[in-house]
Amino acid sequence: MKKYNTPLIDQLEKGPWPSFVTEMKKAGKNNEMANDAVGHLEKCYTTKMGYWKHGGIVGVLGYGGGIIGRYSELGEEFPGVAHFHTVRLNQPSGFFYTSKALREICDIWDKYGSGLTNMHGSTGDIVLLGTKTDALETIFAEYSSRGWDLGGSGSDLRTPSCCVGPGRCEWSNYDTLDLVYNLTQEFQDELHRPMFSYKFKIKAAGCACDCVASIARSDFSIIGTWKGDILIDQKEVQNYAKKGMNIMSEIVGMCPTQCMSYDGKELKIDNAECSRCMHCISKMTKALRPSGERGATICMGSKAPIVVGSLLSWVIIPFIKLESPYTELKELIRKIWDWWDDNAKPRERIGEVIEMKGMRSFLEAIGVPPMPQQIKEPRKDPFMFYTEADITAYKAKEAEEKKTGKYRF
Amino acid sequence: MALPQRRTDIGPPHYRQFMPPVIDKNYGKWKYHEVLTPGTMVHVAESGDKLWTVRVASPRILSTATIREICDVAEKFCGGHLRFTTRNNVEFLVSDEKNLEPIKKDLTARGFKMGGIGYGITNVVHTQGWVHCHSAATDASGLVKSMMDELFPYFESKRLPNKLRLAVACCVNMCGAVHCSDIAIVAVHTKVPVVDDDKFKNMCELPTVIGACPTRAISPDPAKKSVKINPDKCMYCGNCFTVCPPISIKNPERDGVAIVVGGKINSLRSNPKFSKLVIPYISNEPPRWPKVVAAVKHIVEVYASHARKHERLGEWIERIGWERFFSLTGIDFTFQSIDDFTFMRDTMRTASTFKW
Repeated sequence: MKKYNTPLIDQLEKGPWPSFVTEMKKAGKNNEMANDAVGHLEKCYTTKMGYWKHGGIVGVLGYGGGIIGRYSELGEEFPGVAHFHTVRLNQPSGFFYTSKALREICDIWDKYGSGLTNMHGSTGDIVLLGTKTDALETIFAEYSSRGWDLGGSGSDLRTPSCCVGPGRCEWSNYDTLDLVYNLTQEFQDELHRPMFSYKFKIKAAGCACDCVASIARSDFSIIGTWKGDILIDQKEVQNYAKKGMNIMSEIVGMCPTQCMSYDGKELKIDNAECSRCMHCISKMTKALRPSGERGATICMGSKAPIVVGSLLSWVIIPFIKLESPYTELKELIRKIWDWWDDNAKPRERIGEVIEMKGMRSFLEAIGVPPMPQQIKEPRKDPFMFYTEADITAYKAKEAEEKKTGKYRF
Repeated sequence: MALPQRRTDIGPPHYRQFMPPVIDKNYGKWKYHEVLTPGTMVHVAESGDKLWTVRVASPRILSTATIREICDVAEKFCGGHLRFTTRNNVEFLVSDEKNLEPIKKDLTARGFKMGGIGYGITNVVHTQGWVHCHSAATDASGLVKSMMDELFPYFESKRLPNKLRLAVACCVNMCGAVHCSDIAIVAVHTKVPVVDDDKFKNMCELPTVIGACPTRAISPDPAKKSVKINPDKCMYCGNCFTVCPPISIKNPERDGVAIVVGGKINSLRSNPKFSKLVIPYISNEPPRWPKVVAAVKHIVEVYASHARKHERLGEWIERIGWERFFSLTGIDFTFQSIDDFTFMRDTMRTASTFKW
């Protein structure tokens, strides 16, 4: 095996934080591809430039997504990375593993790939970095026969992902792990065979802490919430106070709706005014917990800046119940895809299409009425569309008022 | 040996088979949790059962050798059970309290770094960079390693007013969605791309390329069967390169990074926020990017010494005002921080009430 001199990236093996260079070298000890990846990276550090080409179209029979073609411009100098394709494996919900499962993944990858991985990629997949085109079918047979399937890539449903949820969190308002498993199974075709205008990401967070960054990183963000009161264990409130928490400044004073009060003995919450932000609950987890009806808020549209600026997801459905088999949610997602399909140009994310076509046309298409919970504030300009039906409805309301003598605004 | 029979559309394995018995038993019935140290926490179920979590850092790029070592530890102390976090840390799931101190000792001996829980700096969400991406204007992993070496005390022990989330994107595509982080590094180009006219006509689709430009800087060049780029309109986003490889935007001397701050994704106290641009450009200086590291550390330290308890970086800045942020940090305020893309009307100040 060729030995590369790597003075620049060697400097990234020093210091307390675990080193990715050390990982690459470890893999490179017994693996030509990983070894050449080390030399290739040193070259990038020397010239301050990358040498990977745009992804080519490679994949496994019957699938359009899941493998990302990657070739180097420097294939002759570094033959081990001439082909260096990525295999995305769909991670289990919540990233839970047994060592047996991980060893199985590693054994196959050592046999056919570079031995390098990302645990995990930005979307959530197990990312296996670097293999050759002729190994792809074999890799797929090895993994799929053992219960592992590919994740999404390209213009398809990207691998749905979720927070740890009821697996290890007291705040989850629905079963994020089950929902993501269930949706992933339901939409296997959309996940493996790109047929959308562009990518579509689904992320499921159990509460407003949003540990999976759904509001910023998914076209379809499912954020758990509840409708009942916050239950208070006053004894535990006192314990927090005794341990040094300043309940007035740290809890009551930081409540965004100012719906709490505390007289030194008893903490009170005006639950009707609470906006469920999770600040108090997350700081006093032993004393406070949500109760009553559970479900989620559906927000849509978030994405990174390309093409005309980043978006955070917009509230579309303030509350939806989420119980297996999630029929209502699945129907909603299909309706959304239909509308997107009808209206998008190539490479347009759903948020961009909603902006282009107008929120009204989107909401009407998916059958969701306008609600003040959807907006931060009403529009500021007087340039509105009125349909004939809108005016007919306003006129009918006025006729009704004339009859009853009572205004309804 | 014959290949096993491939199966299609089976989806991921069911998560439940990977959970330790204590989770299986108390699934959805957790009552509360306590952070014991920056590297350990305990979750307590309604039943009184407890689950200890030991979190360690990972460089995200892991060799199979290291994954196997992680498996060794999990087998020794956790019945083989572990998970990863959404920010790429490894979490060992300890069901028996008497294994807690031994696993910590074992991890320390092996050189794993525990930490990342609570009010400090945890692992960094980042992109592939030069390691594996065609579009990278810098190396994400190298920047992360350089920053975290310097900020390591905040991972392991030192505390901040609240958690501080770092992210690195190696180009403005932002696969890591850095746009809502407390402090994020985003690699930028600063020069108008060059079109290879000969290759253009064979490799690129004219309407797609023109449509890819957010500032309408690209127009057809019929004589050359190619396109022209208007230098007065181009903002170097590189989206044309994404759809058309012969439009080259890489430039080793001009590519660099920008720093954005003040974003968050949770809804605690205040709504989720975008990160905003405060340092428009620092040259790429591999392998250690010393100026970027110094800038990030400086912002962390100014935040640490001025913010109130529980305030995230963006909440602190909103309370004191951006003009105060610039004066406290001593960061030069430049034209690049004034939005002249799509959001000027929402981001200019419309009141005479500000601080000197």
